[in-house]
Amino acid sequence: MSNLAVLPIIIPLLSGIIVAFFAKNVKVSRVLAALFTIINALVAVYLTSVVFTDGTVILETGDWVAPFGIVLVADPLAAVLVMTTNIIALASVFYAPFALTVKKEQHYFYAFYFFLISGVSGAFLTGDLFNLFVFFEVLLMASYALIVLGGEKVQLRESIKYVLINLFSSILFVTAIAFLYGVVGTVNMAQIAERVQEVEQTGILTTIGILLFFVFATKAALFPLFYWLPKSYIVPNPVVSALFGALLTKVGIYSILRVFSLIFVYKISLTHEIFIWIAALSMIFGVIGALSTNNVKLIIAYNIIPAIGFIMMGIGMFNEPALSGSIYYLIHDMLIKTALFFIVGAIVYVAGTSDLKKMGGLIHHYPVLGWLLFVSAFVLAGIPPFSGFIGKLLLLEGALENDKIIIVIIALLTSLLILYSIIKIFVNGFWGEQRHIEPTEKKPLAGFLVPVAFLLSFSILLGVGAEYIYPSIESISTYLLNPELYIDSVLKE
Amino acid sequence: MEIIISILAGILVATGVYNLLQKQLLRIVIGTVLLSHGAHLFILTMGKLKRGQPPILEEGIVQYTDPLPQALILTSIVISFGITSLLLVLAYRTANENETDNMEQLRGKTNE
Amino acid sequence: MYKPNDLIFRTTTSLIAFILLGFSIYLLLAGHNSPGGGFIGGLMTSSAILLMYMAYGMDIVKKILPINFRLLILIGLLIAVTTGIVSLFIGVPFLSQTFTYVTLPIFGKIELATAMIFDIGVFLTVLGVTITIISTIAEDQ
Repeated sequence: MSNLAVLPIIIPLLSGIIVAFFAKNVKVSRVLAALFTIINALVAVYLTSVVFTDGTVILETGDWVAPFGIVLVADPLAAVLVMTTNIIALASVFYAPFALTVKKEQHYFYAFYFFLISGVSGAFLTGDLFNLFVFFEVLLMASYALIVLGGEKVQLRESIKYVLINLFSSILFVTAIAFLYGVVGTVNMAQIAERVQEVEQTGILTTIGILLFFVFATKAALFPLFYWLPKSYIVPNPVVSALFGALLTKVGIYSILRVFSLIFVYKISLTHEIFIWIAALSMIFGVIGALSTNNVKLIIAYNIIPAIGFIMMGIGMFNEPALSGSIYYLIHDMLIKTALFFIVGAIVYVAGTSDLKKMGGLIHHYPVLGWLLFVSAFVLAGIPPFSGFIGKLLLLEGALENDKIIIVIIALLTSLLILYSIIKIFVNGFWGEQRHIEPTEKKPLAGFLVPVAFLLSFSILLGVGAEYIYPSIESISTYLLNPELYIDSVLKE
Repeated sequence: MEIIISILAGILVATGVYNLLQKQLLRIVIGTVLLSHGAHLFILTMGKLKRGQPPILEEGIVQYTDPLPQALILTSIVISFGITSLLLVLAYRTANENETDNMEQLRGKTNE
Repeated sequence: MYKPNDLIFRTTTSLIAFILLGFSIYLLLAGHNSPGGGFIGGLMTSSAILLMYMAYGMDIVKKILPINFRLLILIGLLIAVTTGIVSLFIGVPFLSQTFTYVTLPIFGKIELATAMIFDIGVFLTVLGVTITIISTIAEDQ
C-alpha cells in the first residue's frame, strides 16, 4: 500500500479546483497553475524513480483488497507515461499565457487543463477496466470544455461532432465492459487476465476484444476510425490542440497496449495480425492526408495518424524489440507532437494565416522559429541522433524479426513522406518571398519558443542518451510480455 | 426475465441509433440518451437479475444480489447525466451560433 | 401583455417545493447506508428550485436565493476531494472511510460516517451543475 500512486491524479484535480476559485484573476491563476504543475511534475519524477528502483507501486483505494476494490497500479509503463504527460503539462502551462487571450484564460482554462491532466494520469495508472472508463470520461469532459473554449462558430460546429463520436464510443465501452463482466465476473484487469486464461470458449472473448479494440481505436484515431480527428483538432487554440494531440490519442493507444498485452493474448495470430495491417493503413492514409493540404495546422493534425500507426505496428509485432520501439516511439511522439503544435501555433500567430500559400519568407524575421521547425521535422522523421530514429530502428528490428518485409517498406516510405510534409511548411513558409499579411512589424516570440526548445531538448536527450534510457524501456517491454508479473503484483498470490 | 430485459436493451439501442442518424440536433441528443439507457440496462442484465439478501458476509446467506453492476450503473448514470447536460448546452449554443440545427448544414469548409 | 393563469401551479409549488427540499435533505443524510445519496439529493433539490423558477420567474427566485451556483460546484468538488485527501495525511489508503456512533439529545443514537461528508460535496456539485446548466439555457431567451 502506498498513497504515492494516487498523487499524480489527485494533485491536478485539487489544483484545478483551487485555480478555478481564482479564475477571474489571471495573474494569480497563472502563477498558481505553474506552481502546481511543477509540484506535480516533481511528484511524477519521484514516482517513476520509486517504481524503477523498488518495483510496481500498488494502491488499494479505500483499503478494499485487490479484486474487490479499485486498484491503482503504477507499473513502469504507467509511471513513464505519467512522467511524460507531466513534462508536456509543464511546457503547456508556460506556453498558454502567450497563446491564449486573457478572456479564454479567465474562462476556466487552467481548471480544465488540470482536470485533463488528472484524467490522463488516472487512465495510465488505473488497474480496473471500469475505472479506466471513468478516467476516460474525466479527460473527455475536460476536453469537451477545452475544445469549445472561446465559443467561435467553427469551434462549436466541429466540437459537436467530436463530442458525439466520443460519446458513442464511450457507450460501446460500457457495453463491452458489461459483456466482459458477464463472462468473467470481474472488472479488475489483473483478475480478468487471470480468468481469461481459464475460459474455454474463446469466441465470445475475441468478440469482446474486438469491441474494446473498436472503442480504443476510435479514441486513438486508427484507420478507419480517424475521420473525426483532423478537423476537430485544428479548431481549438494551439495549446489545446497540443494537449489533445499529445495526450488524448495516446491514452487510446496506451489502452490498446495494456489490454492486448495483458488480457487478450491467447490468440495473437488473429488479433495482432489485424493490428499490423491497420497500422500500415493508418500510416498510408495519415500521411496522404498530411500531404493533401496546405493548412499548416491540418498538416500537423494529420501527422498524428501515422505516428499512431507506428506505435500500433509495434503492438502488432508483439516481440521485445518491437514493443520497446512502440514505447520509445510513444514517449517520443508525445513530446514532439506537442512541440510541433506549439511551433505551428507560433507560425499562425506571426503569419496571421494558416494557409501555406499565403505565407513566405518568415525566416527573415523569425530565424529561431524556422530552425526549430527544421529540427522538429528531423526529429519527427527519425533522422539520427534524434529520438524518432531509435524508436523506428527498434520497430523495424522487431518487424524484421517476424519477417514482415512489406510493413517495413511502408514504414520507411511513410517516414520519408512525413519528413516531406513538414519540410513543405519550412520551404513554403520560411523561404522564398516575404508574403505574409503583416510583414513590417516583428512580433516578440520568446515566450512561444522557450517551451518548444524545452520539449525538443528532451527529445534530443532521448535520442542521444538512448544508451542509458534503453535498458529501462527494454525492462518495460519484458514486463509487458510477461503478464504474470502484472497479475502477481496486483493480486499478490 | 433476463431475456426480456436484453430485448428491451436491444430496442433502446436500436431506437437510439435510429435517432442518432437523424439530421436534427435535438434528435441526436435524445438518441445518445436512449443509447446510454440501453447500455445501463445491459449492465444490469449482465449481473443477473435476481432477488435476495444484500451481499454481506455472514453465515447462512446463500442467495445474494451482486452489488457491482449496481455500482457500475450508478457511476455510468452520473457520467451520462453530466455529458447529456453538457451536450444539450453545446447543441443549443451550436444551433444558435450557426443558425441551424441541421447536421447536413453543419458540414464546414476547408481553410476557415 | 400575455399573463399566464397559473394560480394552481403557484399554490401547489409553494407547498411541494418545501416537501421536495425537506425530502432531498433526508435523502442526502440517509445516503451513506440506505437508499438515497448526494447525487439524488442534489437532483431533487435542483428540481425544487427549478419548480420555483417556473412558478415565480427567475428574477424573484434569484432574489430570495442569492446563491452563486458556479461557486457551489467548486465548493462541492473541494469538499468531495478533501475527504479523500485527508486519508493521505493520516497514512491510510486514499478514500478510506470510517464511521462512529454519537448520541444526540432528541435524536438519540446516530451513525455518523465520513462518507456523508463526501455525499455533501457531491450534493453541492450536482446542485450547482444542474442549476447552472438550466439557467444558462433559460437566460438566453
